Amino acid sequence: MAVATPQVDIHTPSLPKDMLVEMVTAMVRARKLDERCWLLHRQGRIAFHISGMGHEAAQIGVAFAMRRGHDMLYPYYRDLSLVMALGMTPRDILLGVFGRAGDPSSGGRQMPAHYYYKPGNVFSVSSPVTTQVPQAAGIALAEKLKGGDRVVVTSLGEGSTSQGDFHEALCWAGVHKLPLVVVVENNEYAISVPMHMQMAVARVSDRAAAYGVRGVTVNGLDLFETHAAAKEAIDIARSGGGTTLLEARVARLTPHSSDDDDTTYRTPEDKAALKMQDPLPPLREKLIETGVLTEKQAKEIEERALAEVDEAQRFAESAPFPEEAWGAGPVFAD
Amino acid sequence: MAEKTLIEGIREALDEELERDPTVFITGEDVGPRGGVFRATMGLFKKYGPSRIIDSPLAESSIVAIGVGAAMNGMRPVCEIQFADFIHPAYNQIVNEAARMYYRTGGATTVPMVIRTPYGGGIGGGLYHSQSIEATFAHVPGLKVVVPSSPHDAKGLLKSAIRDNNPVLFLEPKKGYRLIKGEVPDGEYTVPLGAAKVTREGADITVYAYGIMHFYCRQAADEVAKEGIGVELVDLRTLNPLDKETVLRSFKKTGKALIVYEDNRFLGYGAEIAAILSDEAFHYMDAPIMRLAGPDVPGVPYSHKLQDWFMPNPQKIAGAMRKLAAY
Repeated sequence: MAVATPQVDIHTPSLPKDMLVEMVTAMVRARKLDERCWLLHRQGRIAFHISGMGHEAAQIGVAFAMRRGHDMLYPYYRDLSLVMALGMTPRDILLGVFGRAGDPSSGGRQMPAHYYYKPGNVFSVSSPVTTQVPQAAGIALAEKLKGGDRVVVTSLGEGSTSQGDFHEALCWAGVHKLPLVVVVENNEYAISVPMHMQMAVARVSDRAAAYGVRGVTVNGLDLFETHAAAKEAIDIARSGGGTTLLEARVARLTPHSSDDDDTTYRTPEDKAALKMQDPLPPLREKLIETGVLTEKQAKEIEERALAEVDEAQRFAESAPFPEEAWGAGPVFAD
Repeated sequence: MAEKTLIEGIREALDEELERDPTVFITGEDVGPRGGVFRATMGLFKKYGPSRIIDSPLAESSIVAIGVGAAMNGMRPVCEIQFADFIHPAYNQIVNEAARMYYRTGGATTVPMVIRTPYGGGIGGGLYHSQSIEATFAHVPGLKVVVPSSPHDAKGLLKSAIRDNNPVLFLEPKKGYRLIKGEVPDGEYTVPLGAAKVTREGADITVYAYGIMHFYCRQAADEVAKEGIGVELVDLRTLNPLDKETVLRSFKKTGKALIVYEDNRFLGYGAEIAAILSDEAFHYMDAPIMRLAGPDVPGVPYSHKLQDWFMPNPQKIAGAMRKLAAY
């Protein structure tokens, strides 16, 4: 009983116009930067890129449901749009991509896409998957113990839900009614392994019942549906109602990473169908159709984003590398 | 000042730190009303309540991960792993997460947490209630590893560990919980991390040990003293970061070194001590550096007879001391 592959079928927006413009701008900025990183990799100028293309609507829907700068995010490597919405700039991202000293994530110690951005309350991404989820539960537990009102959002892919840490985290979340939203960005592939080889349930959110938490599945290609569901989940978490397991069905428009070749496991038909799952063009159309944007304004947003990426690339590529002493530590905090 | 057991020293440290600092909380299996299977947290649930002493689900990875997360959000968690043998499911969270966080965030995020766990054999625990895990974890940069060998140090080191801004693995020699007794001052004092201690002075050989092995080495040193062998005993106390200065100073005095540990011998903690002595004090060396350690088998066997075969004890240690002194 598989759930059909999500299609872009966007609800009519009911959000304030300023916010809609900000949201679409955030998606376009992330997309332009993402595209540039692929290009830089193909040109041999960077060692690695891992993409969030196809996840933008879901991530921006979630980001704009948060109290940004107040709530906390423990992301995963595909969350380019999310971390940018919480304050990271194309300069910040590209400093990391080029391994430069000014990289705010780690000063060039970590691979690209291992985001960390303290001013935006973004916790540091590592490579072993799902470790962030029980830690996010710990952050949420601390928040509850302190009597704070900040909600913790953590994200992961559907493949990562097979890890024990996912199960262990949700045990805590259910038992302690933690102020936590666990966002599963389900793009149906864990590198090459399709969802049906990962789990025998139709929806990741079906698993929520086993932990006594809310489970919700949304079309993550629809910015507005995701935003509404994330807003509800965050409101519930903030008001003491506990954790939501929020599954956003998205599409991975690219191979897993710059080192992957998805033609070895995706059929040509499957790949062709992906083009119809890009959340950006239909959103653009919808915003023009409903009078939120003119064609000219939409074009300006794209041009501005591209100019920003151009500038950021020039900046990052000419920025200094870290000193060797930076590799040596310090290893321990005082 | 009163004579107390090692586990009483630990309990006092926990109690005083919970009292002193509202950000300290304890989690782990059975730490609540039960007071821990070894009774380390006995009475604390009643005194501090369910938001400070939190019984965890039976899931070690999450016990550590919850601590990592809470530590990054302003708390000072003390996480208990019931037996060191069961820490392995949490290896990823300790090694990839807790220990690497400070470095991977360029020093901007610290993980001030303690992972307490009873370790070691000699209690009829078989393969899975006897393990020594210190070499595995002392190898990891970014993680402090501490082993007390007296009630005084158990209290003072644990208080320092809780106040430290790094993740600290605090290994408790469970065989010594009630066997090792000693004077414990009332009230506030700490023992610094990263400082070894010469617990007995002697001119002939230096013996390095920690935990219950240090306790046995004291007995063995008393024994061989009757034969005129002067043993200088160094209690390492912190395995990472190691107090190399104290380690080297004693060796330069005696020129002969024996390292005693109950973990299996191969790539055990003694190998690193031996390498440091040979790298940095080669010209002082009067004898091959000796190790007395557990055999390289996959665990401490259960049967009393086999357990005795596995474990270093005062008699075996005295034998090694004599051999080294005679070289």
